[in-house]
Amino acid sequence: MRDRHPFLQLFAARLRELKREPGVLFWIFGFPLLLAIGLGIAFRNEPRTEVAVGVLRSAGAEAVAAALPAERGFRASVLTDAEAAHALRLGKVALVVVPAAESGGAPEFRFDPTRPESELARVRVHDALERAAGRVDRIEPREAPVTEPGSRYIDFLIPGLLGMNIMSGGMWGIGYAIVDMRSKRLLKRLAATPMKRTHFLGAFLAARLVLVLAEMVLLLAFGWLAFDLVPQGSLVDVVALCVLGACAFAGLGLLVATRTAKVEIVGGLINLVMLPMFVVSGVFFSSERFPDVLQPFVRALPLTALNDGLRAAILEGAPLSEQLPRVLVLLVWGAISFVLALRLFRWS
Amino acid sequence: MSLAIRCRGLVKTFPGKPPVEAVRGLDLEVRTGECFGLLGPNGAGKTTTIEILEGLSAPTAGVVEVLGRAWKTDERELRERIGVTLQETKLADKLTVLETLRLFASFYARGRSAESALDEVGLGEKRSSWVVNLSGGQRQRLAVACALVGDPELLFLDEPTTGLDPQSRRQLWDVVRALRGAGRTILLTTHYMDEAEKLCDRVAIVDHGRVIAQGSPAELIRSLGGDHVVEFAFQDGLRAGELAALEALPGVRAARAEADGGALTVGEPHVTIPALLAFAEREHRALARLSTRQASLEDVFVTLTGRHLRDA
Repeated sequence: MRDRHPFLQLFAARLRELKREPGVLFWIFGFPLLLAIGLGIAFRNEPRTEVAVGVLRSAGAEAVAAALPAERGFRASVLTDAEAAHALRLGKVALVVVPAAESGGAPEFRFDPTRPESELARVRVHDALERAAGRVDRIEPREAPVTEPGSRYIDFLIPGLLGMNIMSGGMWGIGYAIVDMRSKRLLKRLAATPMKRTHFLGAFLAARLVLVLAEMVLLLAFGWLAFDLVPQGSLVDVVALCVLGACAFAGLGLLVATRTAKVEIVGGLINLVMLPMFVVSGVFFSSERFPDVLQPFVRALPLTALNDGLRAAILEGAPLSEQLPRVLVLLVWGAISFVLALRLFRWS
Repeated sequence: MSLAIRCRGLVKTFPGKPPVEAVRGLDLEVRTGECFGLLGPNGAGKTTTIEILEGLSAPTAGVVEVLGRAWKTDERELRERIGVTLQETKLADKLTVLETLRLFASFYARGRSAESALDEVGLGEKRSSWVVNLSGGQRQRLAVACALVGDPELLFLDEPTTGLDPQSRRQLWDVVRALRGAGRTILLTTHYMDEAEKLCDRVAIVDHGRVIAQGSPAELIRSLGGDHVVEFAFQDGLRAGELAALEALPGVRAARAEADGGALTVGEPHVTIPALLAFAEREHRALARLSTRQASLEDVFVTLTGRHLRDA
């Protein structure tokens, strides 16, 4: 006697299983948020990089420190020889100035030229001391700092994290879950009932889409509340990209799960598929950094298409109609992997 | 008489080096309404056979007819009409008993309510427990309930009590007996001879992928020639030639050597035991052990194969 349609029963069972597994909820929702918070803090945009300079305690120390005022972005501290060496080693100061022994003499800069912040400190301290010594600048550029939402690291990061989560959710949520069911012989048990295969796979995909949309809402809301990141494009386009991405990676997840019997093996396969995309598809840094010869391959990867598409839609407001190549990449990956997976799929 | 299952010349060879011949020409007829047992040691080909009959794997050769239909042409119809428990299936850990049953029930066009199947296997009180919190016996009863929700005409139970404690086994036996009473056809596999004797109307003894004997448990035991087994051991073991002398004792139908003594299949123990005692006295042999029991399917298996079911 049917209480409810088998598709709805399968769909509800899948959601219940996910809901009752705290570990799964953490990986789906907690992990990307923690990552966004952590990276957001580490790469937060400060008003201007402060240059920490140590000035060796000596007769001319006060004059040098006075030439490096806080309002021009310096934090100068007068230190003994030992303190200065220690602070330089720990990176507490980027550079140590040894004031000239007699007035009119040249100061000495102690720093490690391989460290970018020390090199920056050298240029800026030199510049400040020149001015203090009476140099007149003929050009005084106006400064217009860029700090609005859309061009900060966190803006780059949020769409990337969303894409990464859609990938790993699809691969683990479909691939691993199905192999787990096969290893427990639950797939075979289901195949022994009149259950329609399309209901089973459809319910898996539907549960996946529900989670993807929840993840999307969570990450976008977080970006908006914590970092003032307001999506520029239409939300419909963002949702469409998320759904396309979820389908492409559900297909790939299904493909790695077609015949694998052991969860240990499918874990390895999933990592094998995901790891290259973690690196090249622009999650944490732009995929443009890879050489031009590699670009066609990098852009053909589903995660690259998804990340670039999400960034264009969220940060630049690009409509889907301007992103057809990316949409096509996702469609092709999804279609090929679903067709292959259904043809190769083993229930036992 | 109508047949629920008929198979002829069933062969299943798994590819490999060398290929594994799991089933080698197996014939079987299961009548409608009976409880039929495939009895045999581990590796005899029971599970391979039952999974072919369940339509879960294809035979290498042979003809299979289930409920008068063939798997190739009538799979959808057959799936609606049979119920299956596999060996060691793990149902989803974090669904409740009732959720699991409702899920399975939804797959069948007709069938019955999840609640009534629950009551039939005596799991009503556990309806809201997660599967992960059930004992082994409760899980197995839930597996049977999942096979019952489609109200099947034919029920397959693969090793239903393997790994269960004695009390859980008896509970499951009660469930199966009640099902048999309800007029369903049941095919079960087991390597426990007591299970086959207690549950099955008829039994096929399977060894090395073939049926080596078939009949009701009583018929098979009767084929030994005697209903009783006298087991004995002498203080310093059995001597050469002694077995033949013992076989000639009055009332003995067959004699075989056991680990430390012998077993005599006898018609009338009260005739044979005095003769055995007289033999021991005459030969100055001290008896270390003497017991008598009803003959069992185990004795049938030993007589046919020279091996015990438990260590075959």
